[in-house]
Amino acid sequence: MATPTDFRLPRYGEDPEGTHPPLDSSGYRSTALRYPKQDLVLLPQMLTEVTGPLLGPGRLGEHDNDLTRQHDGEPQGQRIIVTGRLLDGEGRPVRDSLVEIWQANAGGRYRHTGDRWPSPLDPNFDGVGRTLTDSDGRYTFTTIKPGAYPWKNHDNAWRPAHIHFSVFGSAFTQRLVTQMYFPDDPLFSQDPIFNSIPDEKARQRMVSRYDHDITQAEWALGFQFDIVLRGRDASVFEEEEEDED
Amino acid sequence: MTRLLPTPSQTVGPYLSIGLPWPDGPHVVPEGTPGAFWIRGTVRDGHGDPVPDAMIETWQADPDGGFRHPDDPRGAANGEFRGFGRCPTETDGTYGIFTLLPGVVPGEGGTTQARHIDVSVFARGLLHRVVTRIYFEDQDNSGDPVLATVPEERRGTLIAAKTDDGYRFDVRLQGDGETVFFRV
Ligand SMILES: [Fe+3]
Repeated sequence: MATPTDFRLPRYGEDPEGTHPPLDSSGYRSTALRYPKQDLVLLPQMLTEVTGPLLGPGRLGEHDNDLTRQHDGEPQGQRIIVTGRLLDGEGRPVRDSLVEIWQANAGGRYRHTGDRWPSPLDPNFDGVGRTLTDSDGRYTFTTIKPGAYPWKNHDNAWRPAHIHFSVFGSAFTQRLVTQMYFPDDPLFSQDPIFNSIPDEKARQRMVSRYDHDITQAEWALGFQFDIVLRGRDASVFEEEEEDED
Repeated sequence: MTRLLPTPSQTVGPYLSIGLPWPDGPHVVPEGTPGAFWIRGTVRDGHGDPVPDAMIETWQADPDGGFRHPDDPRGAANGEFRGFGRCPTETDGTYGIFTLLPGVVPGEGGTTQARHIDVSVFARGLLHRVVTRIYFEDQDNSGDPVLATVPEERRGTLIAAKTDDGYRFDVRLQGDGETVFFRV
């Protein structure tokens, strides 16, 4: 067993400035009483941070990756296929990794007691999915295109259509919850959650891409959405790979 | 190798509780595991009001200080131990995680870290998770390299207090007694 001084741990580099939203984001009113006001303290990446839960197949049910087949009948709305790869910053696939999604139905209504927006629930749609990435890091869901929905953040506020995504990666440092949007949504311009991302290019990385090759004839529209997690800091590995230069 | 640019973080929103909770989420170890206890607490906002739409996730070493993970340079630990817990908050802002005391784990440069659990907090109104650590008041926390970097007057926010069935660890997102949150 290695002694502590022998440790060579991976290091996960910081994401570029402007990638993530500031916790204090005044356009999104719910942040006001919830963002920490004190400075964050730097946590060195040690054993607990460079490891993380590796959650396997035990968590999946039969139709967890097909949200259109979780009830006896078909849900209302536009059937879609959402697929993509879970990658780290070096382009390496994150394999056998749990991907969880939740979303509103075609009318923009969530199956949640707190959602009172007057659009009907769909008895054939729960809006919850799970799957594991394959050996190429790929996940695929069949679902229904979620509707936009109003909220009370500002006057005449509407959330652009989106699917909530939760991924773990392979280390505590890589844990990510995000939202996937659809191309050319006219509601982007007034949405403070989408626009909380400072870097315009980073914002666009949350927008899925229509893909005619994924689209299945007379069945479903296809969208591609790759998720990229923090990479391992190259500098750590340069030492090991010196011979190759 | 090509460097890919990361996907941004977004809030879990108000409806996380339809998508993320698992029936066995709070159980890092099964009911009846010898020595297991509850860590319970309340998540509060800047007014001190309970946050009913948050979720706590925990990640920790097993009681021997091992991780079931290929990047543990001592070798991945054996046996069943999920190490991971997940619990959404109730309407009164409370959560609970059922687990075992983590072992001590090595730190950097020959240091030893006190027994600790890494915590992520997600909520409506949090555009990115916030990260904190749980330490235990009845354990030896002296010499912990992370606690040492936290201003002394704020260290208490990271230390869980002993209770009848385990420990209490409250999270204050903002304001009086604001929990120390980390940048990882
Ligand atoms: Fe939503």
